Amino acid sequence: MTLATAEAVTEPTRSPETGGRSIARWGMAVLIATEAMIFATLLSSYIFVRAASKEWPLGHIEPPKLGLIWFFTAVLLGSSGPMFFAEHGIKKGNQTRLRLGLALVFLMGASFLGFLAYEYHELDFGIRDNAYGTLFYTITGLHAAHVIGGLLMIGMLQIKAWMGKFTAERHETVAVIGMYWHFVDVVWIFVFATLYLSAQFG
Amino acid sequence: MTLVEERPEAHEEAVETIWQDAPGLAGFFSSVDHKRIGMRYIYTAFVFFFIAGVQALVMRAQLSTPDADVVSPQVYNQLFTMHGVMMIFLFNTPVLAGFGNYIVPLQLGTRDMAFPRLNAFSYWIFVLSGLFMISSLAIGKQPDGGWFAYVPLTSKEYSPGVNMDFWGLGVAFAGISTTVGAVNFIVTTFKMRAPGMTVNRLPMFVWSILSMAFMVIFAVPAVTVASLMLEADRLFGTAFFNPAEGGSPLLYQHLFWFWGHPEVYILFVPATGMISMIIPVFARRRLAGYTWAAASLIGIGFISFGVWVHHMFATGLPALAMSLFSAASLIIAIPSGVLFFCWIATMWRGRVQWATPMLFALGFMLIFLLGGITGVMVAVLPFDWQVHDSYFVVAHFHYVLNGAVVFPIFGALYFWLPKMTGRMLDERLGKASFWTMFVGFNLAFFPMHILGFLGMPRRMYTYPAGLGWEALNVVISIGSAMFGLGTLLTVAAFVRGRRRGAPAGANPWNADSLEWATATSPPPHYNFEAIPVVAGRHPLWEEEAVCDATSGDDDATRAYGPPGAVARETPVSTGLDALPEETMTIPGETYVPFFLALGLGVFFVGLLVETTLVVVVGLVVAAAGLVTWGWRTEADLR
Repeated sequence: MTLATAEAVTEPTRSPETGGRSIARWGMAVLIATEAMIFATLLSSYIFVRAASKEWPLGHIEPPKLGLIWFFTAVLLGSSGPMFFAEHGIKKGNQTRLRLGLALVFLMGASFLGFLAYEYHELDFGIRDNAYGTLFYTITGLHAAHVIGGLLMIGMLQIKAWMGKFTAERHETVAVIGMYWHFVDVVWIFVFATLYLSAQFG
Repeated sequence: MTLVEERPEAHEEAVETIWQDAPGLAGFFSSVDHKRIGMRYIYTAFVFFFIAGVQALVMRAQLSTPDADVVSPQVYNQLFTMHGVMMIFLFNTPVLAGFGNYIVPLQLGTRDMAFPRLNAFSYWIFVLSGLFMISSLAIGKQPDGGWFAYVPLTSKEYSPGVNMDFWGLGVAFAGISTTVGAVNFIVTTFKMRAPGMTVNRLPMFVWSILSMAFMVIFAVPAVTVASLMLEADRLFGTAFFNPAEGGSPLLYQHLFWFWGHPEVYILFVPATGMISMIIPVFARRRLAGYTWAAASLIGIGFISFGVWVHHMFATGLPALAMSLFSAASLIIAIPSGVLFFCWIATMWRGRVQWATPMLFALGFMLIFLLGGITGVMVAVLPFDWQVHDSYFVVAHFHYVLNGAVVFPIFGALYFWLPKMTGRMLDERLGKASFWTMFVGFNLAFFPMHILGFLGMPRRMYTYPAGLGWEALNVVISIGSAMFGLGTLLTVAAFVRGRRRGAPAGANPWNADSLEWATATSPPPHYNFEAIPVVAGRHPLWEEEAVCDATSGDDDATRAYGPPGAVARETPVSTGLDALPEETMTIPGETYVPFFLALGLGVFFVGLLVETTLVVVVGLVVAAAGLVTWGWRTEADLR
């Protein structure tokens, strides 16, 4: 293969005529399905253990405080906005929108993580205390791990964006990592509803 | 579209240098060729098969006489646990993935899987997780809490040794391989099809792999989560399954069987796919009821998620719940029955040739009929309570998981190895192998039904004389030795075939699907010099010969013709009607998948030996692998 064609494949492209989804997007969609099952399994476990318990949360633990978490939920869900902004920007070849959008996504995701770390610090129960503590930390921790993974990918995208690797025609990686980020946001709705909201009604 | 059908100069040499892996070890660790990976999957899985077989024979030696003293009860526990673990996780699942890897891209008429590097990665995870689990044998601390590892027996309190950690960590580790493999199969099936291969022309084997892959995607997370929860309880003192701290042991059973029952179909469905390829070829007739058979494979996939509680009938769940799961367990017999009648109708209207693959297919049908009937029996609550945890259940699941999965796999060896190696297997040894295995199998497992009725419980390491179990146990042990001998005859047929088997040619069985359309056996590195155009469900049996697609000058069709083989490219098609969409560059050799897998392996070893440093080293290597993978995508595509 000549150098010219080798450079032409730096970013997968998709045919504009058919408008179909690239294999990378299909792969990410299936991966998200199996990841969603992991969260479904854990949330079901939470509901199962809770249904079998006489009190909830167990052993004099207070239900999680609302308040600030509402704000950071809004921040995390809101971070899908700049992601869309970045994706649509690069579709039109707008590098500034891509870089700005990705930077905003990174900041919003990181501030959510920062709040979670603060919340962990404030809580007066541990993961070993009882099944409630175990499930609470496991599920929020797993979600945080997904946020961290997402931030690493967004960080890598950001570097590539500054190097000018994406163009109006070639930006599948942005779309694929965008899918993952939206998933991390959406799954938080379920985690939040189960662990924070429903726990208020002991 | 304008046609540029130029056959580049010095074509043969050009493709050889472009597709050829580096020689020796370098190529071994860096190849992403789906055929090489598929073969490796099969060979590696068979190593585990024979180890698991030896373990079974040692158990039979222990059980052939009352009050025997061949092994201690502790060792016996390890034997029946690891036998199950290896047969499920390290033989049946990966060997089917191996056939899928090799055959599916060929049957779809493409040049590789959708994600070739991911494919290499899933093999490395499989072999490393296998080594991880088998290393417990080397240090004499194999898992000993049953292959299903029920808590509280497997909690730290009652299983203090490292034994069950091999299970918990190994299962989660192996699950990565199955999951990424399934992602690859799904995307490959939807996006990598030759022009004209619409959904209603997919070969049955592809249908079965697709159904299997969807089951994996939705079922495997449950066992991954369950095994990691168990390990968290064991290693870090969390309280998932600890009732003293509000946890629930019953939750473990739900999670395990939510995966465990679909897993039976994850193994059985690809096996039926193999049978559905073999029977039409040797009956010399198209599969009867293609649409019904394909719908049944998908239907089994759906219903398999509604039957898990039939493993838990003895746990005292509410009667309504148990009735529902009992009904679902009966209903799943319907799609299985539809498949069965499709095979019978195919043979009925065809002219059957009694080659070895066909013998294995027929042996499978007889065995599966019995296993299916006992399956319906144990789906009925009162009956299940009578035979629960008895040898009747052992008989039932060996008829299904050994008879109805291992027999098709052996049939598939005789059917597809000529394509994979270029040589026919020895027919006389093959037939001898089949009959020895078939007779041995039934001698070994049929009397277990009766032993179950006589009250012999499963998982017991010995029994006193005078219960009327002695004669049957002797028969079972003789039968299992015969079965083992039969499998060795296949090894002999394979070795003899490799040495002096007749050359297979491109299509030795005069079969119908596209894997037989490659120019040679084994197929060239690029599979098809030009992508075939499919005009029917059985491309090689249609009136018109398979014709080759020609390259266009646009991005969608540029890889159709020989220029695609020269440039190491393959076309990507639209999801449903296989229209041309874009061109995919097939990645070159890369070590990244191996190092990523190795990093994960070190991480799991670190958890096993509870050493933070090793865990961190593993994570760093894995993270470096992931970043490299993401970063230098373009370099590997060169």
